[in-house]
Amino acid sequence: MTAVDFSTTIANAWFPSPIFTASGCASSGRELAQFFPLHDIGGVVTKSVMNKARTGRPTPRMAETASGMLNSIGLQGPGIDAFIAKDIPYLIEQKARIIVSIAGETVEEYATLARKLRSVSGISAVEVNISCPNVENRGLVFACDPEASRRVIDGVRRTLGGELPIIAKLSPDVTDLVSIAKGVVDAGADALALINTVLGMVINLDTMRPHLGGKTGGLSGPAIKPIAIRAVYQVHEAMPKVPILGMGGISNGRDALEMIAAGASGVSIGTASFGNPMALMNISNELRELLALKGFASIRDAVGFAHRVEEAK
Amino acid sequence: MATINKNATSMQAVLMSNKRVGQYHQLIVNIGDSASLCKPGNFVAISVGGDSSRMILRRAFAISRVSSNSTFGGTMELIIAPHGQGSKWLCSQIEGAVLDVVVPLGTAFGIPTEPVPVLLVGGGYGSAPLFGLAEVLNARGCRVDMLLGASTAGKIYAPMEGKRAVNSLRIYTEDGSMGQMGRVTDPIAGLIADLNIAVVYSCGPMAMLSAINAITHGTEVVHQCAVEESMACGIGICMTCVLPVADEDGDVSMLRSCIDGPVMDGALVQWDKVGRAL
Repeated sequence: MTAVDFSTTIANAWFPSPIFTASGCASSGRELAQFFPLHDIGGVVTKSVMNKARTGRPTPRMAETASGMLNSIGLQGPGIDAFIAKDIPYLIEQKARIIVSIAGETVEEYATLARKLRSVSGISAVEVNISCPNVENRGLVFACDPEASRRVIDGVRRTLGGELPIIAKLSPDVTDLVSIAKGVVDAGADALALINTVLGMVINLDTMRPHLGGKTGGLSGPAIKPIAIRAVYQVHEAMPKVPILGMGGISNGRDALEMIAAGASGVSIGTASFGNPMALMNISNELRELLALKGFASIRDAVGFAHRVEEAK
Repeated sequence: MATINKNATSMQAVLMSNKRVGQYHQLIVNIGDSASLCKPGNFVAISVGGDSSRMILRRAFAISRVSSNSTFGGTMELIIAPHGQGSKWLCSQIEGAVLDVVVPLGTAFGIPTEPVPVLLVGGGYGSAPLFGLAEVLNARGCRVDMLLGASTAGKIYAPMEGKRAVNSLRIYTEDGSMGQMGRVTDPIAGLIADLNIAVVYSCGPMAMLSAINAITHGTEVVHQCAVEESMACGIGICMTCVLPVADEDGDVSMLRSCIDGPVMDGALVQWDKVGRAL
């Protein structure tokens, strides 16, 4: 078996590995650095940061479900200025490749965030999270509205200029994901992150009320993997040239290869890290072995392989 | 070098023994050299349910004691109440089972630099880590008095050998089935005054910690409490186990009980805001 070319590209950004953290599942990176070197993975996708510091939702913020969990954090974070001052330099010092995830309440807030990031060096790409489910007003989930999605991405693109790749993070909780994906690509997104968590709820039978402080939460973990694979497959089928960072319940090398075969150029690992701090390393090793076993010479060869035209018999 | 989780290791650890103790289980797990890194107040996160489990999250347990010189290498003792699916699975494991553990995690109890009188207060199986703590405090020369409380006798955890390091141990049950009838918080104010207590260490349900804090609030007595919030990861990445805590300037933020705790300064925890939006 020859060594597999494990590198991948997302728009103009090159990464030595297709395995990334998922936004909101690695905090700012410091917490995982004890378990593996952050430069050994494709990159760290940071927790979505907003313009101002934010305390997030009340507890309980978590409920374990069958093969999954609900979270209701509500974008707790330090705000972009503290993030740029403290977290980015740390990640650069670790020689990690950085994808900064941003979230806003208005189109203008996203543009403000983009403006503040424009002059920061050491960033590989910007993930524009327009699909966090844990906001008070569902109307603010931009990714549920094609027009609002377009406006956000357009504003970020104009502010950021042409160089830094924009990855738009979308929600699976929509009727027609492909049309929303096409809309944000038209507006200037270079790549897509699929999928954010799926909106869910648990009723606590002791209190006979919704268990989470925020009532609803985002479902993640293996329970949503088939939804994620489907979403990536559909979008890749419609736009095979647009790179996808795939995520949703990926917990082992086999899951990662499914995601890549569906059309993802990179795979983000989220909830699996909660259950195992070594998850990114284990998944990387398993994926590398599996690719070699299946005869793939590179990640590039495997991306979208499930879409191949049937060979003539 | 990592600054967070800096002593933590992810490892496969052999279960050396599993004994039922009243309503709890005492598990002894071989964690090798990591035992020497565990301090009272630290916890361990353990995978539950086996490889095909639908329980995807680890369960966090306080480490009650460690032993570094046993014939098997370093071991840790856990006292577990089998009340949820995960803890029931763990309590059903037999000797020789291999557990997937991450240890040690969390902030430990602070030990006074001077041999001052201290009071340890435990609720239910929250008393477990206090016995290891008592030994450390005793070695520091502190006079250690202990109060344990629970709703009923079966929920009191008080091993015979644990009493060696304490000057006095009083037990309170709400139904009077063991020790005195009443709440463990009843005698605290009196003991603080009589024994000139400098530090109260507490571990147990949040309501108990909050009640203790109401007693120490506004006094010179330091209250170090091990808090309880449901955790998904135990290593600081999920942001679910947060509590409102003030800093020295009085600014309140949501701190993670896994890495900024579980041991926190009770005077800084905003007890009235727990479970509320800030």
